[in-house]
Amino acid sequence: MKNKEPLILVVVVLFSLLTYYLVEPFAHSQMHKHHESEGFEYKDLPALTKKGDATKGQELVMGAAACVGCHSIEKAGVPAAMEPQDAAASYGVNPPDLSNAGAVYSARFLADLIKNPAHALMVEHKFDASKGQMHPMVPFYGAGGDIDQEVADIVAYLQSIAPKAEDLTPAMAFETACGRCHAVHYENWTQIGEKPKFKYKKDELAFDIKVLEYQKSLTKYMGKLPPDLSIYIRSRGEHFIKTFVENPQQYLKGTAMPRVGVNAESADKVLEYLEDSGDLKRHERESVGKNVMIYIVIFAIFALLWKKQVWKELH
Amino acid sequence: MAHFTKATSVKDWLNQRLAVEKVEKVMMSEYWIPKNINFLWAMGMVLVITFTLLLVSGIFLLMYYQPNVNLAFDSVNYTIMREVDFGWLWRHVHGVAASVVFLIIYIHMFTGIYYGSYKKGRELIWISGMLLFVAFSAEAFSGYMLPWGQMSYWAGMVITNLFSGGSLHADGLVEWIRGDYVPAQAFLNRFFMLHVLLVPLAIMGLIGLHFGALRIPHVNNQDGEEIDFDVESKKYLAGDKAGSKVMRFANDFMSKDMMVVGIYLIFFFYLVFFHYDFAMDPVNFDPADGLKTPAHIYPEWYFLWSYEILRPFSTNVGLIAFAFAQVIFVLLPFLDRSPNTVPASRRGLFRIWFWAMLIDMIVLTSMGKVPPSGIFSTIGLYAALTFIGLWIALPFITKMEKKV
Repeated sequence: MKNKEPLILVVVVLFSLLTYYLVEPFAHSQMHKHHESEGFEYKDLPALTKKGDATKGQELVMGAAACVGCHSIEKAGVPAAMEPQDAAASYGVNPPDLSNAGAVYSARFLADLIKNPAHALMVEHKFDASKGQMHPMVPFYGAGGDIDQEVADIVAYLQSIAPKAEDLTPAMAFETACGRCHAVHYENWTQIGEKPKFKYKKDELAFDIKVLEYQKSLTKYMGKLPPDLSIYIRSRGEHFIKTFVENPQQYLKGTAMPRVGVNAESADKVLEYLEDSGDLKRHERESVGKNVMIYIVIFAIFALLWKKQVWKELH
Repeated sequence: MAHFTKATSVKDWLNQRLAVEKVEKVMMSEYWIPKNINFLWAMGMVLVITFTLLLVSGIFLLMYYQPNVNLAFDSVNYTIMREVDFGWLWRHVHGVAASVVFLIIYIHMFTGIYYGSYKKGRELIWISGMLLFVAFSAEAFSGYMLPWGQMSYWAGMVITNLFSGGSLHADGLVEWIRGDYVPAQAFLNRFFMLHVLLVPLAIMGLIGLHFGALRIPHVNNQDGEEIDFDVESKKYLAGDKAGSKVMRFANDFMSKDMMVVGIYLIFFFYLVFFHYDFAMDPVNFDPADGLKTPAHIYPEWYFLWSYEILRPFSTNVGLIAFAFAQVIFVLLPFLDRSPNTVPASRRGLFRIWFWAMLIDMIVLTSMGKVPPSGIFSTIGLYAALTFIGLWIALPFITKMEKKV
C-alpha cells in the first residue's frame, strides 16, 4: 500500500492555514481601517521657506512673542511659573516646557503651530475662533517684521537649545510629546511627572492629590481622561499607534486628541518607550526563543532517528 | 493477606507491592496497537503533551495571579510579564497552548469522523472525547475571564447572558451564575475556582475514561480492518515482528508518537516566541470597563463556528440552533446508521458529507469573527442552515449506504 502520509499532512496544513488566514488577517482587514504612515512629514502644512536665525529667535521667544509668559524653558533658565496642576486649572493642560521641543517636533509642524495652533493640532472642530472658541495657546501674530521670517527664527532657536537626536532618550520624547495627558503607571509616570518614592504616606497622598487635581482639569479640557498607555503596545500595536499619532482624526473623527507633530525619529523613541513599558522582555524573548528552537530541532532529529531504529524491525 | 518474601532488588520490592512489571505490560509493552495507522493517530499523544504544558505553565502562573477585580489585570500584565523571571514565557506558553490545543482537538475529532472510529464498540471513546471537548471549552472560557481585560469582561457578559434563555427571561439563573447582576468580584472568583480546580479535575477524570474506553475495542486503523489482537500479538511475541499486524505501544508506537511530538513542538515553540498574537487578542490588553463596550465582541477562534450558528437567527431560534450545535456531535455514533467502519473515502455519500461538514465549519468560523452585516451575515445564515441540514440528513444518507 502506498504511503498516504504526505498527502494527509498537506490536507491538514492547508485547512489549518486557510482557517488561520480567515480568522486573523482577513477578519482584521474587515474590522479595522488601515492607514499607511506618511513618514511624519506633515505635507498638508506649508514648508519653511526662510532660514531662521537662532539669536533673533531667542529675542522673540523671551520678548515680543511672549512664549515664556506660559511656557517654561528649563534649559534656558526659565522656570515654570506655576505647578502643573495649577497650570492645568488655567489652561486645561500644562503648557509644555520648550527645552526639548526643537528635537521632538517636526519644524514644519512647529512653524504652523506657532501661527495657528488649532490648525496644526487638527482640533479646529473643537476650537473654532469664529464661534469664540479660542485655543488656549494664543497664536503668534507677528512682531512687526516678516512673520514667516520671525517664525523661522523662533523654530531655529528652539532647535538650537534642544538636545541632539542621539541624546534624546525615549523617556524625554514621550514626556514632551505625550506625557502631559497620558499616564503610564507601569513606568511610574503620571501627567505631572514621575512619581517619586515617598518615605511618608502623607507626602505620597499630597502628590496623589496633585495628580487628581491635574486629571480633573484635564478631563474637563479633553472631555474624558486620556487613557493610561502602559500596555498600548499590546492592545493597539506599533502600526496603529504610529499612524494614530500622525493623524488621530483619520481613525477617530472628532476626537479631542490633537495631532502631536512629532518627527519620525521621535516617533520611534516614543514607541520604544511604550515597548519598554508594555513589552519589556522582548529582547529576552527573542534570544531565549532562538535557543529553544535550536534545542527543539535537535530533539526532533533524535526522535526521528529513534523512530527509524525501532521501526526497522517492524516492516 | 498476600505472602511477601525478602526482596532481591528494588524492582522486586516494588513488584511484590505494586505489580510494576504487570502494569508495565498492560500499559506499555503489551498494549497492542495496529501497524496500519498514520501520523494522525499520534494526535492523542500531542494532546497529552499540550495538556501537560498547560498544566505546568498554569501552576507557575498561579503563583502570581491575583483573582481580584482591582489587581487581576496588573498581576498578569505587570507582575507576571515584567517582574517575575520568565513569567512572560509561562504566560505565552499557556496562552498559545490554550489555542493550539483546540486545533489539535479538531484534527483529532475529524480524524475520528473520517475513519469511523466512533462505531462498533468505540461509541464510548467518542462520547468521552466529546465530553472532554466540553470540559476543555469550559476551561478555555473560564481561563479567558482571568486577565480581566475588556474581552474577558464582555465575553463573560455575553456568554452568561445566553443562560437567560431568550424569551424565557431566566434572569435569576444568570444572576445565580454570575453571583451578581453584572460580572464582578463574585464572578471572577468563581471562574477562577472553576479554571484552577473543578474543571481540571473533570478533565483529568475524563482523560482516564477516554483511555479506559479505548482498552477493549482497541485503536482503529486506516482501513477499518477488524484485527484479531490475540492472534497477532502472539505472532509478534513469537518473534515475527514484521509479519504481525500489531506492535507494542512502547517503544514501537511511542517512538512514532515522539517523532510527531518533536515536529509539533517546533511548530508550537515557533508560535510561542515569534507569533503569539493570534492567541492573545489585543482587545484583552485593555482593562475591563463596564461602561465601555468594545466595537467588536467575538470569542476566541475555536468557538467561532458555534457562535455563528447563534448569530444569524432571532434570539429564540438562535439559542435553539446554538444548543443543537453544542450537543449534536455527541450523538454522532447513533446518527450514523451505516454498518461500515471504513474511511469516509469508501463510504459514498458520507464522503461528501464529511468534506461538506469540514468546509462548512471553516466558513462558520470565518463568518463568526467578521461584523455580521451585508454579505457576511447572508453567508453566515446559509452556513448555519447547512450545518443543521447536514446533521438532519446524516441518518438518511448513512442508512442508504451499502455494506462494503
